[in-house]
Amino acid sequence: MNKQDLAAMVAEILAGMGDEPMVKASDYRPTAPQPEAKPTACDGAFVPDVTALDLRRLYQVENPENGEKFRKMKERTPARLGSGRAGPRYQTLTMLRFRADHAAAQDAVFSQVPEDFAEKNGMTEVRTRCKDKDEYLTRPDHGRIFDEANSEKLRRLPKTRVQLVVGDGLSGAAIQANAMDCLAAIREGLKIRGIEAGDPVFVRYCRVGASDAIGELTGCELVCMLVGERPGLVTDKSMSAYITYGARRGIPEAARSVVSNIHAQGTPAVEAGAHIAGLIEKMLQKKASGIALQEALA
Amino acid sequence: MSKVLRSVGLDVGTTSTQMVVSELEIENRASQFAVPELEIRDRRVVWRSPVYFTPLLDEHHMDGEGLRRLVEEAYAQAGITRADVDTGAVIVTGETSRKENARTVLNALSELAGDFVVAAAGPALESVLAAKGAGADRISGTQPVLHMDIGGGTANLALFREGKLLQTGCLNVGGRLVKVGEAGEILYISPVIQGIFSQKEGERISLPAAEALAEQLVRALEMAAGLRDRGPLLDRLWTRECETPWEIPGDRPVLSFSGGVADCIDRKHPDFAFGDIGPILGRKIRGSALCRGAYVLGRETIRATVIGAGCHAAQLSGSTVFYQNISFPLKNLPVAGLGEEGILAMPGVCSPSYRDIIAMAEEIVEKSGPGPVVVCVEQDMAKALGQALSARLPREKPILCLDRVRVGPGDYLDVGEPVGEAMPVVVKTLVMGQP
Repeated sequence: MNKQDLAAMVAEILAGMGDEPMVKASDYRPTAPQPEAKPTACDGAFVPDVTALDLRRLYQVENPENGEKFRKMKERTPARLGSGRAGPRYQTLTMLRFRADHAAAQDAVFSQVPEDFAEKNGMTEVRTRCKDKDEYLTRPDHGRIFDEANSEKLRRLPKTRVQLVVGDGLSGAAIQANAMDCLAAIREGLKIRGIEAGDPVFVRYCRVGASDAIGELTGCELVCMLVGERPGLVTDKSMSAYITYGARRGIPEAARSVVSNIHAQGTPAVEAGAHIAGLIEKMLQKKASGIALQEALA
Repeated sequence: MSKVLRSVGLDVGTTSTQMVVSELEIENRASQFAVPELEIRDRRVVWRSPVYFTPLLDEHHMDGEGLRRLVEEAYAQAGITRADVDTGAVIVTGETSRKENARTVLNALSELAGDFVVAAAGPALESVLAAKGAGADRISGTQPVLHMDIGGGTANLALFREGKLLQTGCLNVGGRLVKVGEAGEILYISPVIQGIFSQKEGERISLPAAEALAEQLVRALEMAAGLRDRGPLLDRLWTRECETPWEIPGDRPVLSFSGGVADCIDRKHPDFAFGDIGPILGRKIRGSALCRGAYVLGRETIRATVIGAGCHAAQLSGSTVFYQNISFPLKNLPVAGLGEEGILAMPGVCSPSYRDIIAMAEEIVEKSGPGPVVVCVEQDMAKALGQALSARLPREKPILCLDRVRVGPGDYLDVGEPVGEAMPVVVKTLVMGQP
């Protein structure tokens, strides 16, 4: 697969995201910026950084009926509203910002968690069957399984009730921004509840489904995986926790619980961690996760 | 998922007592794939009492036992028992003996109020509740709204812009500062208008004298609204309980009225129809600068305060909080400094690192005394901070860590039984001192 195909596929992945309000990448046909568009301030050396603008405070419609009110409402949503227009098109700023955010989302998918990340943070590193990012993106099935050497590494881990896992997933940036703070809060939360959790393991080229193989190989009761979310145009640093009780190959997706939207503008990493620790306690008590847990708690 | 909290509001004044029962609907705003975010989605009044006369021992002192019977009767009529009530607030109003009466009321109702949060108001809370009960906060936009709840003894002022409270104030301006008998004789003159009113108790009320008094009172309201230059009159009638400076910024605010006197602004009543000067005061307000610009009558008028108490006293904390060894409800927790008994209130850090959390926890633990540790932060971080505290303190230590609640120096906090993980709280600003 060449670079172009890969870029097209990433665009497709981004287009498939339903959760966050965004303009679909596939609907987007870039055209050259219009020369008559509003000139941006430029002193010859630097152009202003369009990504530094807080979109929630930006309102660009000219001669609005009640712009102040619109701006107030806009503060409550990350959606790109009230961006005005230049004839039938976007304004230059809107377009540049969109392309910048889109590029950041694409970069996040390709971003690598640094080589020494696991070692620096006291984690054992394993790698799924994927040998590089390209294989990771093109073969989701390989992101869920391990070769013999890595399987052996997992088997040799000290056996604990709860196995904590950090996986790069689709955003290495999300993991670097949130994983360690969240993990620290989870570990302290488990400690005060008297629940044992050994050292966390870092999985490179990781899909959520890798939890199942990890559950089998380590023989733990529950796997809690922090994984980088598919980046969107709002943030490229959003992380999720997927928690699976009795993780084993073939377990249905409905048996997982998820805590999503963990990032600085969503749920702060430390609060999410404290919440997850409480959730893990409930799962161990009820011996269930996902839909089964909801039913057990109802 | 939606849960309903039942709330009781009681407004006990030196003249009248009212009760409402309301329902606060709580809903999780977050998707089921995220950390919960509980919010009060709807506040509705489901039962209103008639306006009762407050049982009194003498002119100024409330009869606790009589009041207890009255509230019991109201509970029976509303078809609720103490066990059905989750939260609520008692507002004790009246121009005199406020402090003593508040104590009487709280003692008398402590059994009935049982598990519900009791807020004996100072004028600041009263002003806010009346304004919210009347809906003034909701109509405020970029142009501020000044709400005046004008009752028997006091006018409670609250200024809102874009739904946010800017300031509160309280004036000794009300309809019952002078009470008049059926034969037109003056039964009572409030000491607060000494020197402003020319007549004496026992005399026949003279309409010109009553009108002159009402004009003075209205003038003070105009000054407070920034429609007239400030004079000594305003300082005279300003209640001593309000210490904060009062300023009206910028343009003329929209005026909003509630309280018994508000009912006399647009409606004509005979001069002494209620045995007081309320109708005359209402008429004078109608003819003054207060009503020459934009003004509205509240969605609720005479019931604004009690509805505010029932529907708006309680707020919900953040949904990720921490507690251990705490028996709810907690009442009248004072805001205190680090290491003192009471609530440690702080703004906190937005999206803190775990290192920040540990540093804060260690500082708090190091300075903590023998009592419970109660921390209230504004930013979303209470659960992480709470568990960090728990890991560093003895197991049996009572710890409560709340977030998304703002309390300031001089405030008191009541905390109710958790709903889901969030807790109903009432922030009280008690200018009248310790309850």
